[in-house]
Formats: sequence, C-alpha cells, structure tokens
Amino acid sequence: MNEIAPTTEQILRELFADQDVKISSNRVGQLTLEVPAEHWQFVAQKLRDDERLAFQQLIDLCGVDYLGYGNDEWETEQASSEGFSRGVDALGPGRFDWAHRPESAEVENRFAVVVHLLSLKHNRRLRLRCFPPLQPMPILATLVEIWNSANWYEREAFDLFGIVFEGHPDLRRILTDYGFVGHPFRKDYPLIGNVTVRYDETQRRVIYDTVEIEPRVTVPRVVRRDSRYVQTDHNLADGQDTEA
Amino acid sequence: MAEIRNYTMNFGPQHPAAHGVLRLILELDGETVVRADPHIGLLHRATEKLAESKPFNHSIGYMDRLDYVSMMCNEHAYVRAIEQLLGIDVPKRAQYIRTMFDEITRILNHLLWVGTNGLDLGAMTVFLYAFREREQLMDCYEAVSGARMHATYYRPGGVYRDLPQTMPKRLETRWTKGKDLRRVNAWREGSLLDFLQAFCDDFERRVDDYETLLTDNRIWKQRTVGIGVVAPERALQLGFTGPMLRGSGVQWDLRKHQPYACYDEVDFDIVLGVNGDCYDRYLVRIEEMRQSKRIIQQCILWLRQHPGPVMPKNFKVVPPTREEMKHDMEAMIHHFKLFTEGYIVPEGETYAAVEAPKGEFGCYLISDASNKPFRVHLRAPGFVHLSSMNEMLSGHMLADVPAMIGTQDIVLGEIDR
Repeated sequence: MNEIAPTTEQILRELFADQDVKISSNRVGQLTLEVPAEHWQFVAQKLRDDERLAFQQLIDLCGVDYLGYGNDEWETEQASSEGFSRGVDALGPGRFDWAHRPESAEVENRFAVVVHLLSLKHNRRLRLRCFPPLQPMPILATLVEIWNSANWYEREAFDLFGIVFEGHPDLRRILTDYGFVGHPFRKDYPLIGNVTVRYDETQRRVIYDTVEIEPRVTVPRVVRRDSRYVQTDHNLADGQDTEA
Repeated sequence: MAEIRNYTMNFGPQHPAAHGVLRLILELDGETVVRADPHIGLLHRATEKLAESKPFNHSIGYMDRLDYVSMMCNEHAYVRAIEQLLGIDVPKRAQYIRTMFDEITRILNHLLWVGTNGLDLGAMTVFLYAFREREQLMDCYEAVSGARMHATYYRPGGVYRDLPQTMPKRLETRWTKGKDLRRVNAWREGSLLDFLQAFCDDFERRVDDYETLLTDNRIWKQRTVGIGVVAPERALQLGFTGPMLRGSGVQWDLRKHQPYACYDEVDFDIVLGVNGDCYDRYLVRIEEMRQSKRIIQQCILWLRQHPGPVMPKNFKVVPPTREEMKHDMEAMIHHFKLFTEGYIVPEGETYAAVEAPKGEFGCYLISDASNKPFRVHLRAPGFVHLSSMNEMLSGHMLADVPAMIGTQDIVLGEIDR
C-alpha cells in the first residue's frame, strides 16, 4: 500500500523472469502479481523466503467468480415500451431461482484465487492472483505448507466456489451446512438458495424443503464507464488493470 | 479396571462460553485436549453475496452486523475501500470523527471482552462494571447515529452527520428520579464532546478498577498465565493480527505502520506483550484501552477547534441536503439518481484494511464500473484466529477451552459472515 512501487516491481521482475508472471499496479497504487497455476507454489515460496520481499503473512485468500463481469441489466441504448421492468426482469445476480439459474457457461479464466500478502519487515503488501485451470474442475496447489493461515481460507474458497486445493490436509466444507450441495458464491447459484430448513409437524422433526422465497432485487445493475475515471486510467503509465 | 481411551466431546453450539454459535469437537485424553475441531458457519448469512445484489451504500449496515461489538471499525474498512476506488477525499473533520469513533469502538470491544472473558473464567464482578462504562459509550453511538449498535454512521466521503451540539439526556423513570437522575445526567449538560471529555477524565480510574479486580488476582493468574502460549514465529505463520500478534511481542499496528484516517497525527503507543500467553494478551488489551482514551482526548481537542464540513460537496457520491433539493434542480436530479440507482464505482479492485479491535479487518472490493460491487471479500481477524484453535488448545486441559475462546476474542458474526 504505502510503498514505492518500482522497487518491489523490479525485485519481482528479476525473481520471476522465467515464470511468465504479470505485474501490474492499479489506480489505487496496489501491486498485483498474476501467477500461472503451474508456478503457484514456487512463486509463493520465493515471496516468503526471499529476504528482499519477506512476505511473512498471508493476510487473506479468497475465490472470485468472474462470470457475468461487466454485465448490465439496464440496457438503455434504445427506447423501450417495457419501462422499469426491462431493468428488473433481467437475470442478474440475485434475480433467479434454482430452476432458472443461468447455464453454467464455459468462460475462460472464470475463477480466480486472490491472495493478499503482508510483509511486516518491509511494510509492504502484495496481491497475488491465479486463474486455476477449469478442467475437469478448478484445481490449484495448496499454500498451507507455506503459510499455515491459508488452511481455513482454502476451505472457504472450496466451500463457496468449488475450487479444489491439491495437497490441502483437510479440505472440507466450512461455512455451509452439513451435507450442503453446490457452491453458493458462484454467480450462477441463486441468492435465495435452494433449500430451506423447517420443523415439520407431522414428521415431528426438522426437514429440508425447497425454498419458497421470491427472488427480489429492487435496484437494477447499471454499468457506466464514467469519462472522469477513464481519463485517469489512461493517464496511468502502464494503464492496464489486470481484471477481466 | 475399565480400559481408558480417548473420548470425543461436543462443545456448543449453544454454550455460554462459546461467545456465539461455535461448535467444537474435542478429542480428549482424560481431561487433556488432544485435538479440537471447530465447526463454524452456523451464523453464515452470505453477507458478501448479498452485497453483490445491492448498491454500494446499502451494504454499510451489513458491516455493523459482522463483528457486532466493533461496529464502526467494520464500516470503516468497507467505506475506505469504496473511497479508494472512487478517489474521493474525506474532509479532515470527518477523518477525526472517524478516528475518535474507531477508538470508542475499541474501548467498547475491549470492555465487552474483559467482562465476558472474566465471566468465562469465574470473575463475575468485572462484567457488571465493564457494562456500566459500555452503556455510556453506547449513548455516544446513539447520539450521532440514532442507533446504539448498528450505526451505519460512516459513509463514503465522510460521516453521515456532524457531532450533535447537545447530548441527549436520560428521562425520569420510576427508578431514576430526583437526585439520581441529576447524577445520571451530570455529564450530559453540554455537547457530545463535553460528555466524552468527562468520560475520558473518569475512565483511567475505571480501568484501574478492572485491574484491581483482575491483574493481581490469584485465580485470574492461575487461569491465564502460561496458558495458550504462542511464539512470535507461529503467530506470524498462523496469520495473527491485532492484540493476538502484539501479545506475542511482534510490533505491528496498522494505525502506526500504515496509518489511515488521522492516526498519523495523534500520539499513542503500541502495546506489546512478552510471553504470548492469555495473561499477556489480557494486559495488552487493558493497556490498549488507556491508549484509546488518549487518542480520544486528542481528537476531542482537535474537533473543538476545527468546525467544518463532514462530507465533501461531491453530489456524484454524496446526496445534497434536503434544503438544497427544494430550490436547486441539479440537486434534485442528483438526489433522485443517488437514491434510485446509487453511484458508480469505477472499474478496479482494492484491498483496504483497518486495525479493528480484534486485528486487521480488511475489505477486498472488485468493481466492474457498476452501481453494485462485483465481489466483496471481508477479511475478518476472528476467522484466522479461530483457525489456530487446534494448535493453541492441543495439550491443554478441558477447563482451558473457555480461556482460549476468550483470549482469541472471537465474534461469530464476523467469522461466519
């Protein structure tokens, strides 16, 4: 965060010259290192052990599902007779139930694992991103051996996104219910969920039932490329944000 | 004689010492814990996914409900992430108000912690005293936001409104009237800042009281000294932050090392432990309360001398006042757009962290240039701390389980999200 970006960048470029990594700095001044899946563990090990970097702490690890990135629900290119409903009838996040969930599209680089590292020694932060291969399932090497704090975070990413971490000592679900089906934070998973738990009078026990809530999102999702920010992005020296 | 073998025991999820809905599967050898497997997620509300379907501002209130004993610090991380992406400047006065309320929140959190941890380990009295002081600070929350806990006070750009000029007074009840009522309202004659000033002047003595009850208490020391020792190297490996890390003697505080709001302008010390046991973490938190009080006093001084705006005049993000709307067409349009659609956060991603009372509370935000976040991930300190439960607990006695849950200062609201 509070760093002179070039120096860290230079060290990273030098260290990972053979690993095909992408280094980018964004508008906020935070550094992102994009790592190919096959070098994931190697790069992580280097980042921790190299004295000039010394990222002793893994602060955060999370999954991201890029399905539907930049999709607009409110197309206003031309006049429409449908009025407000054209915005709220779309199938954006939170608007569909289990039966109408969007087809799980084969999007390249759909899932990402994002890690935030912290070096107490140099007072520096670094973001790592990796797009795991999707076939047969999103799979990536574990970081538990390198930073023990990755343990539960990887369980969480597995639970919520279905990203499998190879070599993880104990890859179980963590946040969802016992016997839960599906990976709820994927963008094609309904916000209202799939099952509901209630007490059944006749069976005299708690049972699982299909969910009865109506999906209801009141504010349409709108994408606007604001010229003010576009300008700032262009002015940035290397101008390329890594997302998308 | 019967054969002795390992015994698996269920602890929680409804256990008064579990601080919420935490379930532990404990493998015991006699009374010694061999393995502890925390089962979490009983309070999982998918806050992060809910945020994806709502405009940015609608989710500020959810942040209060994550770690529901350090409400404003959570808001601070989320709001900072949005501000970084928007690239807007926060007025100085709002920054000072945030600094002050972050520290009020820290005292609120540590008071609850010292009270409940005492309760877990058999010290009933300190709980009652701690809640007396908490009540005063809750009133400050209420005075600025109208809510005692879930304030939604921080907004992108600043804070919702300026500090009130009068501190609300207690009303007469059947139990509090006459002399009692005057005593209760003694601090409340002036503004919020006067009230806080009086509170701070009094607070040092109160902390001394808690220390009298606990610090040299033989039973308290028996229950905490040498229990749950974490070496500094392990603390780093396990991702500890906040008092858990400082209790092990690692000098790291985001307020000092990566200052935000006005922490670089106020004077305070980082509190460090030596042995990394439950007792040292207790001492760290107690001393942090005194340091927080120092910061609040400095903020009061500054805020008294520097009136000014608490929100920028940026109508693309901040709604105009009611009055302006009545006669200004532009303001009307801005207001309509902000309350139907919200504001657009430019494409990008950021990670913003604050030093919450429990440790580093971070917010990783991805925006795809729309009015709703594309992905929010909240880095809760308690989640990481609890994941070390197995390591911290192994080899300790069953009776140390509440001590360990207590010392980690976990709140399941933020762990389960």
